[in-house]
Amino acid sequence: MSTLKAQIQNICPQAAFSHEDTDTLHAEVSPKELAGLFKHLKTDKTFLFDYMEDLIGMDFGEKLGVIYRFYSTENKQRIVLICQAESREKPELPSATPWWGIANFYEREVYDFFGIIFIGHPDMRRLFLRNDWVGYPLRKDYDASPEINPVRLDAEPMDDIAPSYSEKDGKIEEEDNLRFQKDEYVVNIGPQHPATHGVLHFQVSLEGETVKKVDVHCGYIHRGIEKMCESLTYPQTIGYTDRLDYLSAHQNRHALCACIEEAMGLEIPRRAQYIRALMDELSRIQSHLLMYACYCMDLGALTPFFYAFRDREKILNIFEDSGAGRLIQNYYVIGGVSRDLHPDFVKKTAEFIKYLPTVLPEYHKVFTGNVIFQQRSKGIGILTREQAISNGVTGPAARASGWACDLRKHQPYSVYDEVEFNEIIRTGGDCFDRYMVRMDEIHESIAIIDQLLAKLPEGDYCAKTKPVIKLPEGRYFKSVETARGEFGVFIESRGEKYPWRLKFHPPCLPLVSVVDLLTRGGKIADLISIGASLDYVVPDIDR
Amino acid sequence: MEIKKPKIKGLPYNEFKDNEYIEELRRNGVGVIVGVLDELINWGRSNSVWPLTFATSCCGIEFMSIGAARYDFARFGFEVTRASPRQADVIMVAGTIVTKMAPVLLRLYEQMADPKYVVAVGNCAISGGPFTNSYHVVQGVDKILPVDVFIPGCPTRPEALLYGMMQLQRKIKLEHFFGEVNKKEPKSHQMPAIYPGEEPVFAEKYKQHPILANAAQNRPQADTKQAETKAE
Ligand code: SF4
Repeated sequence: MSTLKAQIQNICPQAAFSHEDTDTLHAEVSPKELAGLFKHLKTDKTFLFDYMEDLIGMDFGEKLGVIYRFYSTENKQRIVLICQAESREKPELPSATPWWGIANFYEREVYDFFGIIFIGHPDMRRLFLRNDWVGYPLRKDYDASPEINPVRLDAEPMDDIAPSYSEKDGKIEEEDNLRFQKDEYVVNIGPQHPATHGVLHFQVSLEGETVKKVDVHCGYIHRGIEKMCESLTYPQTIGYTDRLDYLSAHQNRHALCACIEEAMGLEIPRRAQYIRALMDELSRIQSHLLMYACYCMDLGALTPFFYAFRDREKILNIFEDSGAGRLIQNYYVIGGVSRDLHPDFVKKTAEFIKYLPTVLPEYHKVFTGNVIFQQRSKGIGILTREQAISNGVTGPAARASGWACDLRKHQPYSVYDEVEFNEIIRTGGDCFDRYMVRMDEIHESIAIIDQLLAKLPEGDYCAKTKPVIKLPEGRYFKSVETARGEFGVFIESRGEKYPWRLKFHPPCLPLVSVVDLLTRGGKIADLISIGASLDYVVPDIDR
Repeated sequence: MEIKKPKIKGLPYNEFKDNEYIEELRRNGVGVIVGVLDELINWGRSNSVWPLTFATSCCGIEFMSIGAARYDFARFGFEVTRASPRQADVIMVAGTIVTKMAPVLLRLYEQMADPKYVVAVGNCAISGGPFTNSYHVVQGVDKILPVDVFIPGCPTRPEALLYGMMQLQRKIKLEHFFGEVNKKEPKSHQMPAIYPGEEPVFAEKYKQHPILANAAQNRPQADTKQAETKAE
């Protein structure tokens, strides 16, 4: 820790440090020093921060700025950088895009919400909102009156020009870059297309059937959850997590509840911990089953869809028995879970985990071995380990590329350090491996549930909390492993009932950011297979 | 006037009685021959409602599960989900509609062939649901499209979805097909933006649309006549 501090002080003499007694050092640097620091962070042997965990835009009150979270997969250390732009009228910061692939999307998001311009970013357009949107919604002084931004029913103007900014002799210059050349053949896929898994819009430039470039447009389901959370009390905010990635609803909620509990210093009962882990794993299984159903359907096989949904319903029944919802479960609360398990829960779950392994071979028989599937997935859309880390891809997609990043194993939360399971790792990085990782993870989840059921303790299912929850001042971060990767929650509290800023780190935004990388040079039909194997959920991208 | 009882398998007629507006559709009576033909065609139409595969968020997953074996909407003739709006009869708006999506949704609706229906699935589609205070969410699809059936829930349960779709069937069964539903579409015109406090756009555009609840206002003469006869 102290060496890290000394090294950063070497590069940025004016940096201010905090949180030195914890395991994550926080350093506040000025925008001028930041540009130079990026290179060192990425390449210096002592740092090697290759994974950008998150990039959080912030309105600090007086100034706008950004909080970076970096992690080094090599040295297993973490650092938080804070940087505030100098002026509020024209906030400018150096871009991190040359060093981390995912910075491209993150910085566009920050530009969209806060209006911070990143110097050196190749494509400074809005990511979520319409091009003609007025104002930057996550600023504290944003005027949300509907007169300024009415519901427009004319088509969104889409320019072929993307601006970028560069610095020359101390002056900021704007340049226009052409996204597609005049003679390029561009096909629009989405926002209403069954294979985009929701409302996502791809602009695909083609040469014959070969994809030259994919430009992703998000925001067709951007619901402004983060802004709404700023005016809600903590117990109210947890309702929105379920609606992000609705297939990992339990896990998302787990992250936010755990983050708030940690900040409050609340110890939750053992039984509640076990219940949460059990529900998390059940919901992982149902999410993977749905992935299987959708993947098959996208490639034209309809029967497997019925198989997967038949078994998924069994899990939903188990949820419902205990008082959770079918899809949006609303089950976890701050301090534990809302109701105790149904008396039949253990029996039914035990039955289910006995039953599922007997039908999984059937799944593989009907689909996995199929020649068409094999040809459309093997060797298609290869993501290397370096690309996965640089683009912030986590979860099954990253594990298929050989990056061991399962948070349940490497930063165990809840009771995951008390159970034995294998982290499924494959090294091919293609669609087939991404698919197989998920199918194999179902077996691991079954193993986890089996152990948890045997150990399930008696006792309280919820800790007592005060009716009004106030978090002490500070910044809190917590992440869990959902069915799609690392889902993080960042809370900045100023000691009030409401969070000052609440940011969700979605696992699906990195997934969709690599679509361009994976499809380039492939056939257009591969785009469908790649999209299905990445298994993103669009409301989670857009929040 | 006594109205005809539409026959729908499996659900007692009494359970439908809570919806008075449907009665409006049959208020004026019909000629015998046209009425019989209407019935025949409506019988066919109501049992082969083809939905558009359209879902923006969570509620869409429940839409998928009614397609699967447990709830199986094939029993009612809804199973032919179409990916192209040209071939669809009904658009089930499942999920939140945000500002950026609104023009796309309107365009999808306009691409569908008449007669066409809109079902608002879930609280989000009805009023913006949990996101109604957001800066980027449309507060209900009825601001953009004329909605036939609202199905509440967050998410709607599959049973509720089926019930809602059966309400739509019942509505289709009672429509006048000839001279109303098979009429030409109104001409499209430039779409303005919706400012707060203004009438929803479709009010102007789809005034002639026969299945709208407010379509009754376009027949004031018939209304008063009937009122008079009742008074007598
Ligand atoms: S009504 Fe609820 S479940 Fe449906 S889309 Fe809206 S938030 Fe999701």
